Amino acid sequence: MKLRFYILFSAIFFAPVGANAAVKKPLMSANNDIYDIESLQRGARNFMNYCSGCHSAEYIRYDVIGEDLGITQSQLKEYLMFNAQQTFDTINASMTSEDASGWFGQAPPDLSLAARAKGTDYIYTFLKSFYVDNTSPTGVDNVVLAGTSMPNVLWELQGHQKYSQNEDESKLEVYIPGKMNEEEFNSFLRDTSNFLEYISEPVKVKRQALGVKVLFFLAFFMVLAYFLKKEVWKDIK
Amino acid sequence: MMTDNTKKLENNSKLLSWIDERFPYSETMKEHITEYYASKNFNIWYVFGVLAMVVLVIQLLTGIFLTMNYKPSSEEAFSSVEYIMRDVEWGWLIRYMHSTGASFFFIVVYLHMFRAMLYGSYKKPRELIWIIGMLIFLVLMAEAFAGYLLPWGQMSYWGAQVIISIFGAIPFFGEALVEIIRGDYSISDITLNRFFALHVIALPLALIALIFVHIVALHEVGSNNPDGIEIKDYKNDQGIPIDGVAFHPYHTSKDLVAIIAFLMVFSLVVFFAPDMGGYFLEYANFEKANPSATPEHIAPVWYFTPYYAILRAVPDKLGGAIAMGLAVLLPLFLPWLDRSKVKSIRYRGWIYKFALTTFVISFISLGVLGVLPADGIYVSMARFFSILYFAFFLLMPYFSMIDKTKPVPDRVT
Amino acid sequence: MSETIDQNKRHFLGMATAATGLVGVGFATVPFLSSLKPSARARALGAPVEVPLGSLEPGEMIRVVWRGKLVYVLRRTSDMLKRLSDVTDLLRDPDSLEADIQPDYTVNEHRSLNPEYLVVEGSCTHLGCAPLPQFEVTPSSDWFGGFFCPCHGSKFDLSGRVYKGVPAPTNLKVPPYSFSQTNVITIGIDPSDA
Repeated sequence: MKLRFYILFSAIFFAPVGANAAVKKPLMSANNDIYDIESLQRGARNFMNYCSGCHSAEYIRYDVIGEDLGITQSQLKEYLMFNAQQTFDTINASMTSEDASGWFGQAPPDLSLAARAKGTDYIYTFLKSFYVDNTSPTGVDNVVLAGTSMPNVLWELQGHQKYSQNEDESKLEVYIPGKMNEEEFNSFLRDTSNFLEYISEPVKVKRQALGVKVLFFLAFFMVLAYFLKKEVWKDIK
Repeated sequence: MMTDNTKKLENNSKLLSWIDERFPYSETMKEHITEYYASKNFNIWYVFGVLAMVVLVIQLLTGIFLTMNYKPSSEEAFSSVEYIMRDVEWGWLIRYMHSTGASFFFIVVYLHMFRAMLYGSYKKPRELIWIIGMLIFLVLMAEAFAGYLLPWGQMSYWGAQVIISIFGAIPFFGEALVEIIRGDYSISDITLNRFFALHVIALPLALIALIFVHIVALHEVGSNNPDGIEIKDYKNDQGIPIDGVAFHPYHTSKDLVAIIAFLMVFSLVVFFAPDMGGYFLEYANFEKANPSATPEHIAPVWYFTPYYAILRAVPDKLGGAIAMGLAVLLPLFLPWLDRSKVKSIRYRGWIYKFALTTFVISFISLGVLGVLPADGIYVSMARFFSILYFAFFLLMPYFSMIDKTKPVPDRVT
Repeated sequence: MSETIDQNKRHFLGMATAATGLVGVGFATVPFLSSLKPSARARALGAPVEVPLGSLEPGEMIRVVWRGKLVYVLRRTSDMLKRLSDVTDLLRDPDSLEADIQPDYTVNEHRSLNPEYLVVEGSCTHLGCAPLPQFEVTPSSDWFGGFFCPCHGSKFDLSGRVYKGVPAPTNLKVPPYSFSQTNVITIGIDPSDA
């Protein structure tokens, strides 16, 4: 009886939420894994090569990336540090925000926390959803963020997409192929959004590991405290 | 009296005697801990008071260390939080403990208050404890509200903007009041700085003082229990309540188990889900406050949402503000709204049980509705549950009187 | 009989629980106390400073900042180096015996790794004013070149060694430093760690 009530209650409550969701296009799943160090290393390289020209990541230091992802100081300097002097520096964009505002209308946002604010699925889907639009100043628009001032920096890899919409179905498809096929490109994006998730909280893997130890300790403590309580309360009838 | 104690203790410890001659240490220990008697039949609902104290200690401790590194200016606040998360050794843990602690404070306090509703702990002679408790609740809400502005994220800024502007609905001095609260013509660096002072010093001091008084008032009359009977009515030859057990070692050992269980749940969140799906750390707050860009969906933190839902349910700005204020204040009057002779729900009739169940469902539903956008069927639902919420209090003098109660036993069960 | 067993068990459990609790509290204090250590930003800002010496002329001194402190780098001429032994009797601690003032590898007459270059903190050991370089020799006033502190008149020689009879108690501090290349010194790193 109670169970039926709860099910009915939840159904009434959350049905409208489902209705809302159908209106917005659902995000594709990035399926990233911050435990995959190699993916993160590739993501770091992707970020530096394709994103750091315009986007800073002002809260993450190169030496932290080096420590966590197993990249040596000299590798950091050679492959990742383009405009930084010291390994303890944070990632700065090559473009100044004044120039960026002038050229694009607004400064490209810092990406240190993008994955926490928007989610990795959002970033993954966004990067995958550019399509050719001749009416736009950058020549492209994006399904996830209509009217975006960001150009499609990954066009060489993905190729060009066109967006078609008929009735209730809309789709994006590549009509001029790039250097990567869809699978390779998805993998590229997965690595990149993986890296963005990592930089949004570098300590995540360590905190989960520590959590396991803390819980074990508390469980042990709990056992002692429980038996102590039982023993002490033997006095009480 | 004092000399008797000292003579007894000389055998135990010279140091203790020296202290006792100058400070009521042993006396206080006896009166409030080793010879304070509370009912032996406390159940899980009785654990939330001590858990609230544990959370308070966690918040104070983590708060002090956060204040060492946090910068209360609109320029630096957001970065200083990331500085704590990344550059300060273990800063991330201190931050997560504080953000998780804030949410857990409300979980614990709501459950603590609910215990009072289950067992009539607000009824005579404990009305004052309840009043002080309601004051603590108010101060806690102010403390949480002030604290939430400090990270200076999008939700911090816009949430504060919305809530503070509600005060503008008050006729005559509303707008002036809003300006006084903000210290500026809109939420700014000035507002941030003063909210910092409130959150770090003024409100914690008020909270600690009120909690102290709350416990003094409690110890004066003694704790209630799940049967709602007064254990002091049945004392043995030594003047000790027969159904009571000394706080130490009985309740201390029991509470220790509860505290560890609490810490396990707390750690699960801190180490594995500090965001809690965006409810404990809202996603929009990972973007720095931008006065020119309003987020799509502004909602207060989860623990304020029941009251927020009530606010939105009334289509008039002032009406909504009044409704919300009343919703927060009505529980204060429970000791007088509740006309039943019986304290505990164990001996009340089906009417009260039905009413309380409806209240709980309404409160939780309002909480859920508070995070959802106010459109479509949600509007009517919010109004429906708001009415039920108010009905619980306003109709209580009636239904608590006609409720057919069961006979209350003499001794605890 | 059961009473005694109970008491022992009770005592043991009580002690074990208390001990575990104390261990837990010990663990819990680690993050708080560690957070007091210099943060990554402090360490970054306090990072070693590289000073290229290529453009430094003999007799010239430059000032750099390391960890918020002023550091003088002086390229001494051979004359300046000769004069170091002339003033020994006028100095309070000519052999730099006072510990904690300079690293082991600079305990010598020239108080440096390479006699040509003096690296010394520009902070008078009396009350912290920045001593002024006064390298001109005025034999008439017994001044053979060095540093003069304008605040209270302390005098230091061309190795930063303090004169007798002045308020400053010790020689000027030498920071840890090393040569990362033949013409570049790194202030903040000892030669053993370079």
